[in-house]
Amino acid sequence: MRELSFSARAVRPFSRILRVTPPNMADLIAFVLLAGTAVLVIRGAVGVAEPLSRLSITPVALDPWNLPWYALRTTLRMFAALFASLVFTLVVATMAARSRRAEQIIVPALDILQSVPILGFLTFTVTFFMHLFPGEQLGVECAAVFAIFTSQAWNMAFSFYQSLRSVPSDLEEVSRGFGLSPMRRFLRLELPFAIPGLVWNAMMSMSGGWFFVVASEAITVGKTSVALPGIGSWLALAIARQDAHAVAWAVGAMGVLILLYDQLFFRPIVAWADRYRFEQTASAEQPGSWAYDLFRRTRMLKLLMGPLLGVGRLLMMLDGPVRAKAARRSGEPSRIGETAWKLIVAVLLVAAAWLIVDYVGRTLSWRDALTAVGYACLTLLRVIVLIAVASLIWVPVGVWIGLRPRWAERLQPVAQFLAAFPANVLFPFAVLAIVRWHVSPGIWLSPLMVLGTQWYILFNVIAGASVIPTDMREAASMFGVKGWQWWRSVALPAIFPYYVTGALTASGGSWNASIVAEAVSWGNRHLEAAGLGSYIADATVAGDYPRVALGIATMSLFVIAFNRLVWRPMYAFAERRLRLA
Amino acid sequence: MATTATAVSSRPLVEVEAVSHSYGRSGATGQVLDNVHLTLVEDEIVGLLGRSGSGKSTLLRSIAGLIRPSEGEVRLMPDAAGTPPSVSMVFQTFALFPWLTVLQNVELGLEAQRVPPAERRTRALAAIDLIGLDGFENAYPKELSGGMRQRVGLARAIVVNPSLLLMDEPFSALDVLTAETLRTDLLDLWAEKRMPIKSILIVTHNIEEAVLMCDRILVFSSNPGRVAAEIVVDLPQPRDRLDPPFRALVDDIYAQMTARTVATPSRDGTPAGATLATALPIVSTNAMAGLIEEVDAAPFDGTASMAELADSLQLEIDQLFPIAEALQLMRFADLAGGDVRLTASSRQYASADVDQRKAIFAQALLAHVPLAQHIRRILDDRASHAAPARRFRDELEDHMSEDYADETLRAVTHWGRYAEVFAYDEDRDLFSLDNPT
Repeated sequence: MRELSFSARAVRPFSRILRVTPPNMADLIAFVLLAGTAVLVIRGAVGVAEPLSRLSITPVALDPWNLPWYALRTTLRMFAALFASLVFTLVVATMAARSRRAEQIIVPALDILQSVPILGFLTFTVTFFMHLFPGEQLGVECAAVFAIFTSQAWNMAFSFYQSLRSVPSDLEEVSRGFGLSPMRRFLRLELPFAIPGLVWNAMMSMSGGWFFVVASEAITVGKTSVALPGIGSWLALAIARQDAHAVAWAVGAMGVLILLYDQLFFRPIVAWADRYRFEQTASAEQPGSWAYDLFRRTRMLKLLMGPLLGVGRLLMMLDGPVRAKAARRSGEPSRIGETAWKLIVAVLLVAAAWLIVDYVGRTLSWRDALTAVGYACLTLLRVIVLIAVASLIWVPVGVWIGLRPRWAERLQPVAQFLAAFPANVLFPFAVLAIVRWHVSPGIWLSPLMVLGTQWYILFNVIAGASVIPTDMREAASMFGVKGWQWWRSVALPAIFPYYVTGALTASGGSWNASIVAEAVSWGNRHLEAAGLGSYIADATVAGDYPRVALGIATMSLFVIAFNRLVWRPMYAFAERRLRLA
Repeated sequence: MATTATAVSSRPLVEVEAVSHSYGRSGATGQVLDNVHLTLVEDEIVGLLGRSGSGKSTLLRSIAGLIRPSEGEVRLMPDAAGTPPSVSMVFQTFALFPWLTVLQNVELGLEAQRVPPAERRTRALAAIDLIGLDGFENAYPKELSGGMRQRVGLARAIVVNPSLLLMDEPFSALDVLTAETLRTDLLDLWAEKRMPIKSILIVTHNIEEAVLMCDRILVFSSNPGRVAAEIVVDLPQPRDRLDPPFRALVDDIYAQMTARTVATPSRDGTPAGATLATALPIVSTNAMAGLIEEVDAAPFDGTASMAELADSLQLEIDQLFPIAEALQLMRFADLAGGDVRLTASSRQYASADVDQRKAIFAQALLAHVPLAQHIRRILDDRASHAAPARRFRDELEDHMSEDYADETLRAVTHWGRYAEVFAYDEDRDLFSLDNPT
């Protein structure tokens, strides 16, 4: 095999990083950007360390000059939560993938946690963290970060777990054949393979997180009321003072913030993660990012990335000596261990059940449960109607856009931006409108639930419509398939799998949003729509923990049942019959 | 049946003794290897030839240490210095890490062995050099063509200095020309002893490839996999495909393989047909019709040798044998001595129109495939003329693994639908007599 002999060797010397090269223009720009970010992080972090009493001395003020500072604090909280989610994901999902026993508990738990109303947890966690750091802002910060974390972690962990379980078997065999240690296998095979999915889910999580950051900064639980400096608190204050200008400022700030982190953070990461996409042929389209290109052109980047790579290298060095590869016999695990494990799970199960019954049973009766279920049915009705309405609007629009590549290219990011935008920032305007025109809050508060989540339907439909094969469309037009027949036999079946994905996400998000959407305030005016969301919101304000717990449990059951009985079968049907193979 | 395959000369490298393996639940259902013996010695290329389901890949993975067989033993024989032979593998799918460059991919095995970076680089570059990948060190696999990717796979395998190189259908994912180049290059390297490899074990379902490359060929039978024959190839290298002895050997192997597909005669002397427990391959009726037409027409006129067919139709044994066997199953053809001989019914089929063809096929299906017969009888008996497919799947699973049961049912569904013997509704997973008559 010597037919190819290039005289120039493409491999560069090993110590390229340390070679002295004059910095270029890209270096300068990148340096200023990075240094600026570092300063911001430090300034923001200093604020966290202050005592709680400081908050009453300098309360949140509606001065636009304060807004950048608040935005910074909010952003830091977001990234802290994202980091925590990442750590959680790497640890827990890896555990689930490696240990069959851990898997038995972690996977269903993640599946449930993905679909339960996270906002409801706030009540419990705030109390916990404030006791953990009494008199310090750190406690409340932790509570807020934790609230965001609970909105981000589960789907990331779930995606990571699924990636770990679907590592291509031939690569798995290569790494076993070469006797790669578990650590090396993780860094060389499993982590890279999981990166694209993880990045995508981190983006989704981040979008969801904005929603909660708004709700979690200004916290009122029973008698405790704290407002951390941040956009959420600003918004809460603006609402309390009925200051529409301030709300508009918050909306603007939020928009800028989302645009910034998208351009400076996620775009570069998506562009970078593209190399980890598991495909053997280069795809025609590669995600681009000006920021990524900029950083890639710098020589300094390698110095900056040095420590990160160093961690990886260190981890590889730390792992144990080479072990002889041992083929696993496809046998059963030990009997005793299995029995013991089952016993432990059973005991924990009984204990947990008893705890719940005891706690709820002391204060609540069956009638309360019936009330909660009744309210849940109301909210369920709202979700169904709203998803249907949103589908009727966005499916045609999405198909129209998706079939026009140039529009799709331009509008897809817009739809994603809208999905990331925390809709609860806009709620006050809805209240204003309802009050102005004296319409029923029971009906007109409902659209708020899908305000933020409808975009999932839109951008999934766009994605689906844009991959309808050209030959299918050509065949349809050749045979004169038009109008309703075209929708029935071409468009709808083709986008259905994508639509289901979008609608599932949208409906889950709507349930969650109901907690803030069914009970909205504007100054001292308080609008409420009867439903499970307002039930939980009211119980939270009143500090009625058992009812909060009951509400959350009911909502979780409804969401899970809805997913299992409606969306999953639809998804399975789509998988089986409507896949464009 | 215990078949022993040993070579006469040289020091043994690997001894495989009485290896059996089954997947899934214990029992005979998932058995892929049955009592296989094999000894690999130095300085030989050995081919494992067989169809899918003959367990050759499983055997390869047992030797690689990736699978521990349910029974029996794979022994790697230490050399004079006492070190056991090292093993390395080349995959059909290349199995390259898409996020690593060519160089990093090649370095992977060395990295796992904790070879210091400087040495790692030198050795990897040498391997890349040897295999003809110079200039592509910094490329990512997705930038390379299939042939180049397999070269990376090869470089990655030999860089760790294995004494035994295992190749799992290494050229079957490549186009004909590329595969030929890679084969020749590998044989050159082997002949010139420029690789540290002492022996190569190659899995293939391409008979010509096996004859071209190997010193010894082990022919596997399927379900479960057994060593059915051992063929020593003593043609001098480099070999010429058009050389008469080469052709003769290829024909001979075809003959041996067809000989074994003829089921052992039953008590009354006629060849035993399928039973309810026979696993059926999914073979399209179009492919069956196509083969019938090909053999029926000139120059074959009803009788064709498998080797010639494989050549003229550009089919590998993995594709050709199932079709030919399906024909045999329905008594459309006899397979003997490496020949396909059409029966009267299939010659009639070849000249019939669409409806007549369906009728002939339906007749053959009901007469010779007991499963089809069984389904039809139950549908006839029932007042509703419908029966859930689940029930037949369960029945089949008493005799075979879940996958085979599923495949068998799908095969019979396809044939039944074509012959309009019964209908099947996928949504309801239901057989019925809705369509016919």
